[in-house]
Amino acid sequence: MKKDTIAAISTGMTNSGIGIVRISGDEAFHMIDRIYHGKERLSEAESHTIHYGYIKDKEETIDEVLVMLMRSPRTFTGEDTVEINCHGGTYVVKRVLETVIKNGARPAEPGEFTKRAFLNGKLDLSQAEAVIDVITSQSEYALQSSISQLKGSVRKKIEDIRKQIIYHTAFIETALDDPEHIDIDGYGETLKKVTEELLVEIKKLIDSSDSGRIMKEGIQTVIVGKPNAGKSSLLNVLAGKERAIVTDIEGTTRDALEEQIQLKGLTLNMIDTAGIRKTDDIIEKIGVDKAKEYVKNANLIIYVVDASRPLDSNDNDIMSLLDGRKVIILLNKSDLTTVITKEKMQEEINQKVLKFSRSAEAGTIPMIDISAKEEQGLNELEETLKEMFLHGEVSFNDEVYITNIRQKAALIDACGSLEKVIESIDNQMPEDFFSIDLMDAYESLGSITGETIGEDLVNEIFSKFCMGK
Amino acid sequence: MKYSANSVWENKDGYDIAVVGAGHAGCEAALAAARLGFRTVIFTVSVDSIALMPCNPNIGGSSKGHLVRELDALGGEMGKVIDKTFIQSKMLNKSKGPAVHSLRAQADKASYSRTMRQVLQDQENLDIRQMEVTDILADNHKVAGVQTYSGAIYPCRAVILCTGTYLKARCIYGDVSTQTGPNGLQAANYLTESLKSLGIQMYRFKTGTPARIDRNSIDFSKMEEQKGDDRIVPFSFTTDPEDVQIDQASCWLTYTNENTHDIIRKNLDRSPLFSGMIEGTGPRYCPSIEDKVVKFADKNRHQVFIEPEGLDTTEMYVGGMSSSLPEDVQFAMYRTVPGLENAKIVRNAYAIEYDCIDARQLKSTLEFKNVEGLFSGGQFNGSSGYEEAAAQGLVAGINAARKLQGKEGIIIDRSEGYIGVLIDDLVTKESHEPYRMMTSRAEYRLLLRQDNADMRLTKLGYEVGLISGERYQKLLEKEKLINEEIKRAEHTNIGTSAEVQELLASHGSTPLTSGTTLGELIRRPELSYEALAPIDRQRKQLPDDVIEQVNINIKYEGYIKRQQRQVEQFKKLEKKMIPEDIDYNSIQSLRIEAKQKLTEIRPASIGQASRISGVSPADISVLLVYLESR
Repeated sequence: MKKDTIAAISTGMTNSGIGIVRISGDEAFHMIDRIYHGKERLSEAESHTIHYGYIKDKEETIDEVLVMLMRSPRTFTGEDTVEINCHGGTYVVKRVLETVIKNGARPAEPGEFTKRAFLNGKLDLSQAEAVIDVITSQSEYALQSSISQLKGSVRKKIEDIRKQIIYHTAFIETALDDPEHIDIDGYGETLKKVTEELLVEIKKLIDSSDSGRIMKEGIQTVIVGKPNAGKSSLLNVLAGKERAIVTDIEGTTRDALEEQIQLKGLTLNMIDTAGIRKTDDIIEKIGVDKAKEYVKNANLIIYVVDASRPLDSNDNDIMSLLDGRKVIILLNKSDLTTVITKEKMQEEINQKVLKFSRSAEAGTIPMIDISAKEEQGLNELEETLKEMFLHGEVSFNDEVYITNIRQKAALIDACGSLEKVIESIDNQMPEDFFSIDLMDAYESLGSITGETIGEDLVNEIFSKFCMGK
Repeated sequence: MKYSANSVWENKDGYDIAVVGAGHAGCEAALAAARLGFRTVIFTVSVDSIALMPCNPNIGGSSKGHLVRELDALGGEMGKVIDKTFIQSKMLNKSKGPAVHSLRAQADKASYSRTMRQVLQDQENLDIRQMEVTDILADNHKVAGVQTYSGAIYPCRAVILCTGTYLKARCIYGDVSTQTGPNGLQAANYLTESLKSLGIQMYRFKTGTPARIDRNSIDFSKMEEQKGDDRIVPFSFTTDPEDVQIDQASCWLTYTNENTHDIIRKNLDRSPLFSGMIEGTGPRYCPSIEDKVVKFADKNRHQVFIEPEGLDTTEMYVGGMSSSLPEDVQFAMYRTVPGLENAKIVRNAYAIEYDCIDARQLKSTLEFKNVEGLFSGGQFNGSSGYEEAAAQGLVAGINAARKLQGKEGIIIDRSEGYIGVLIDDLVTKESHEPYRMMTSRAEYRLLLRQDNADMRLTKLGYEVGLISGERYQKLLEKEKLINEEIKRAEHTNIGTSAEVQELLASHGSTPLTSGTTLGELIRRPELSYEALAPIDRQRKQLPDDVIEQVNINIKYEGYIKRQQRQVEQFKKLEKKMIPEDIDYNSIQSLRIEAKQKLTEIRPASIGQASRISGVSPADISVLLVYLESR
């Protein structure tokens, strides 16, 4: 079903100081209630007021924000409108938008705010031409950019999933239209299996949107290790080797600057605090608590172990942070006499991390012997990173991930519809109920590849199944 | 020879409306027009072929049964006539959800035809005339009358074309062809030219029918008997169910086999389809047996249903084996089927080609966009099936009458009925084959059930004038009972008494841990409104049709509410009408393809525009803004 409350980032997708996510429609206030955490319930607050608080996606805090509330009709679109002012930087703004979408809004069509403003009488009739121009130019742009974002294997994957959905729907529909020729009693069992498999596929695609973001925006990386483990020499080596592109993007945590390092086509956004650069000792300088915060927001933790010295309490503290995270352990100083071998380290990990772990990641923490000083083991590090983030499935120059928020929202919708199919099967609903949600999923997926339903179902029925008379 | 100048004369009987063709569309159209008070004449090439069923001997079936019930709710005739003339009846898909339950009855063809003819004969304001109509007379794109083969001119203010498969009809099997309509009836060979001269675009479609076999030559012991339902549900909401509990005739099921398929494969080169003798486009949903054998080569058998054509005839319809293969091949192939070893063919299978229109030339009211007062319905519009035809005939008849009343035509939208889906598809989407109704075409089918057709459309039928005040009042009472009972069930608390737990256990339902409502229990898959009667003390005695609605509405509430919300969205765009004089070429920002398609189809509403292939969401936005600024 088409949702009627829309949302979009209304500032440019640049790394500006501030980003605004705008929500417009009947549900705007309910939606902000679900994700805003502050002193009051915003749906009960007065119109045209600004509120300080946090946007949370379930438990996870996305950002510290200022929310502006504007009730219909005194708004740009004429509808209830909420504007979330968050910290700039594409990552945070996108996360806020995604959270809004997860809670019931749909991504706005190109030019839709303007269109609504016009249709609700908020713009002068003489501006019609201009409004039309906005719609057409933005549509063109959106179309081009979304097509260019969707290449090869993702398109193929989605088309394959759609093919399966339409095939099974057509089978059910043929049986309903021609019950004396085709029997579908008990088909729910078969369909459940298929649907579960499709769900796995779609969820992989959704996950890939995070990988896709990683591709585009870099891997949020934090280097941890006790004092003098060799963190800064590692950073320097990595940066120097590939000529680090140093930018001053504001990152996920506002007070941390990022240093971008390009490695084999991957971008690592090294969380670079004063701690890392100056004292070489993140734990000592800002304490375990702060480290925890960085670790929580990171996509990757590089844990540098000084292999020439025994592990100490600092290492224990660090290891307690690793469960469920993507981690690479570097056994540094392989040029010296080492006391920590891979085997020894694995034992430690088994005891300190895996013992309590419920996470599959923990069992597969890669370990590499390196020497930052001698620049040894760096190739292996690069290969391992590639393996971890690109799953070795695709060549990394091919942009095959879902990166577009609209596309991701469509995938999530498709997932929801397929989950409803399974629910209907479990509730022993008759087969004709399955088709409804199957076709919803088909439509959602089609919106990613730019295809509408049209006569697809009828065509599939006729081409795949023999109808009588 | 068509008339000469000497034979031209003008009929002065003062008809308002002329209906061309007396098949299922024509009959409904003529009855509706006459019942709404207009002097109506219905033309047919043969009075003996009124309401003829030239193909399968059934009315209804999946989604078609829905059409008949909707037609009945609007005041049409088909449901009443089949209730009087059926010889077997089944509710299809009974094990599925209520949305796809569908009635299908075997008709006694001759009896159906005779009964409908009787209704026409008895109808005030309606005259039957056996004569071929050859010309539509129009004055400046406005209908003025019709002219017949004999030269007679019938002035009138509206014409409804229901020519079925008769226009330039040609029947073919093997290399034999006849210039006739179905069943060897006379074709109508002149009207096409007249329509073309009015600027109407014609298509050529094809369909087919299987052979009829003498029942005395069939060995039924080799077939499976197919009986009707024990308890028969009538089509018409006005028929008393007790009146239709008859002794039913049986149908029979048998199968083709590899021998059949071998014969077909060996003789494919003699099929008129392969030789190129047939140029029309055939329907994919009722493929000939040769099509099935070629297309579904991996299937080693196909079902064959042997169905009686009536009680007073020995002819049996061979469902599933329509064909246009040569006569000798037909004999050979039918005789490979178990039970048909000694089959004697009474009538050959044949393919039929005919002229019809691209229905996108019609408005949703079924009036031609470029000829005022000219309406059309049925197979002429590119559909197939008796039920599809009847439904369009009724709408065309109503709207022709309303036109003369100076009223807006009725448009049933896609959320209100299968009739709406049918007509909207026909007038909006391009089709290259005869259009068949299917439940998958109805996006809101949970709401468009055959059981609630009366609640959806009786009101409209009453407003139009085809449903009596008495019948409408009865419907309102039924609605009241339903709503009250649903409310009561949702507010009736059920405790955890031993009696309740016992009843639940007896249905294999989980026992209650705390109190709940009757409604909640009805929603459990294994329970129903009826099953809970023993623990529902306050329950009043209610009619069966009320109970059915209460049960469905409570049980499927979640799904129904979801579709209702979708309908609300749908209606928003459907209500945004596009003025007829809009000039799409002057709207700069529309894409060229959209301009062309919109100019060609001239949709009535933004909703319809959005369903035209080649019109993008951005085009719709542009259109919305443009309309607002006008």
